Amino acid sequence: MTGILLALRNVAISYGGIRAVKGIDLEVARGELVCLIGTNGAGKTTTLKGICGLLPLTTGTIEYDGADVTGRPAFELVRKGLALVPEGRGMFGALTIDENLTMGAYARRDRPVIAQDVERVFALFPRLKERRKQTAGTLSGGEQQMLAIARAMMSRPRMLLLDEPSMGLAPLMVQKVFETILDVAQEGVTILLVEQNAKLALDVADRGYVMESGEVTLAGKASSLLHDPKVRAAYLGEAA
Amino acid sequence: MDTFLQQLVNGVTLGSVYAIVALGYTMVYGIIQLINFAHGEVVMLGAMVAYSVIVALAGAGGALPPLAILAIATLTAIPVCMVVGYLLERVAYRPLRRAPRLAPLITAIGLSIVLQNIALIIWTRNPLPYPQVIATVPYRLTATPDGATITNVQIGIIGLSIVMMAGLLLLVYRTRFGVAMRAVAQNPQVAGLMGIDINRIISATFALGAALAAVAGVMDASYYGVAHYQMGFLLGLKAFSAAVLGGIGNLAGAMLGGLLMGMIEALGAGYVGELTNLCHLSGWSDALAQRCVNDPHLELFGSNYQDVFAFVVLILVLVFRPSGLLGERVSDRA
Ligand SMILES: Nc1ncnc2c1ncn2[C@@H]1O[C@H](COP(=O)(O)OP(=O)(O)OP(=O)(O)O)[C@@H](O)[C@H]1O
Ligand SMILES: [Mg+2]
Repeated sequence: MTGILLALRNVAISYGGIRAVKGIDLEVARGELVCLIGTNGAGKTTTLKGICGLLPLTTGTIEYDGADVTGRPAFELVRKGLALVPEGRGMFGALTIDENLTMGAYARRDRPVIAQDVERVFALFPRLKERRKQTAGTLSGGEQQMLAIARAMMSRPRMLLLDEPSMGLAPLMVQKVFETILDVAQEGVTILLVEQNAKLALDVADRGYVMESGEVTLAGKASSLLHDPKVRAAYLGEAA
Repeated sequence: MDTFLQQLVNGVTLGSVYAIVALGYTMVYGIIQLINFAHGEVVMLGAMVAYSVIVALAGAGGALPPLAILAIATLTAIPVCMVVGYLLERVAYRPLRRAPRLAPLITAIGLSIVLQNIALIIWTRNPLPYPQVIATVPYRLTATPDGATITNVQIGIIGLSIVMMAGLLLLVYRTRFGVAMRAVAQNPQVAGLMGIDINRIISATFALGAALAAVAGVMDASYYGVAHYQMGFLLGLKAFSAAVLGGIGNLAGAMLGGLLMGMIEALGAGYVGELTNLCHLSGWSDALAQRCVNDPHLELFGSNYQDVFAFVVLILVLVFRPSGLLGERVSDRA
């Protein structure tokens, strides 16, 4: 077993003729919290979808837990402990909160432990517990984001991919979500976090990658990226 | 008033069968937005397979009690139909899942013709008299001697339908599999991210609809006492209309739509002659009055028009409420 849990090697992804990801390399070590930042349309979501088997790669390979998982369908990867919280949360709006959580644990067979885990995520998100019989579509945006993370936790992932968890949330809620992400990381879950909010992401992450028009242009320790003049100019709204 | 009660009983019986068939259309539509026009043929195959089993068992000396014969026949038809339903999806629809919607629709029509012809080869083109293994016993519903009745077969059909519908609702709303089914219907991509094998859920949905269709085929053929290789066509169209009436994609809608469709058809058949009897207009025309002295039944349409009602309903629904009685607005479905 190496220390690397997820590795992308020369991964390229196209939509028809449009090359959205142009051969990137990216690694996440076990227990690490890595963030991937970049402007709109940089190819971040496309990269995550490629990892999860939702989009085919044009070139390159994806290794997860020491095995080549290139081209494996999403449901298989979940069973190997790789969970994605998709952009826009991907709620099952007509299902109740309980049912959404049940679906999160779909890949698991250990029923009694699942019941315990439901209580555990409810302890993390008391708001969800109060509303457990309500359909997810009736939740506020922030509550839905909580549910999306809680649901992903229900699969007992070893690795969590988060696509813009702060999107559309009020500042207070954003803070809450990020606290939760840190809690999850503390439990030993490896995290790859995609964010528009570069400052927040770099604050919580160990390392970061910067993507621009389908390519990784910068990579390094989060603390050094935070002080990189180019990053400060482009993503933190400061004059270079 | 007795005609009304009698037609109501007949309508509920018919409606139960339509509802069970309509559920097959609506489950498949709900999960992959496909109208499986070959579903009616699966109903027909259910009736045919059960027919062969009944004939074989009844001919084998008749040692078995009638109810057992019927049960064995139905339990043989169910797995056969499930395999057919599964294969339809696996072989014909799955490769077309990303194709334009017209392609699977035309394929479905082609598959109906194929299945009809297979049945034609196996069971001939003649209407097969369905063996009445259970003697029909009518029970009077009113005190009057020639009043409305309900038969044991009707009671059996209605009761079995209720049990199946309740079972289906429990499955869909109370089990992990049911939640997964609804999750796939809502957002297949995210369902995959939950570790749900979407293809397995879709296969299971087809098989489940086909199992219901098999039972519906046996019920329909037992009720009318005849099975025919083309029986699935009209039955399927009516059940499809019922699903649209209730709101396609909606389980409760299919049940309600089926029941209403059965009642509309039965009451329509019962009253269309009466309502279109020109002799009601005798007061307006002496010529008419004179003719009606000899023949008081100068009816424009007779009960042979009963098949028309389903389609009148279908057209009215499509014009005035395309989303059906219980369906969400069409724009809500992406
Ligand atoms: N389904 C699609 N078909 C065609 N092009 C697409 C599709 N999805 C994304 N793209 C294009 O691919 C590029 C990368 O998109 P992607 O969604 O990965 O960006 P992103 O970095 O996640 O942006 P954002 O921060 O806005 O979410 C963009 O130019 C986008 O227009
Ligand atoms: Mg994105």
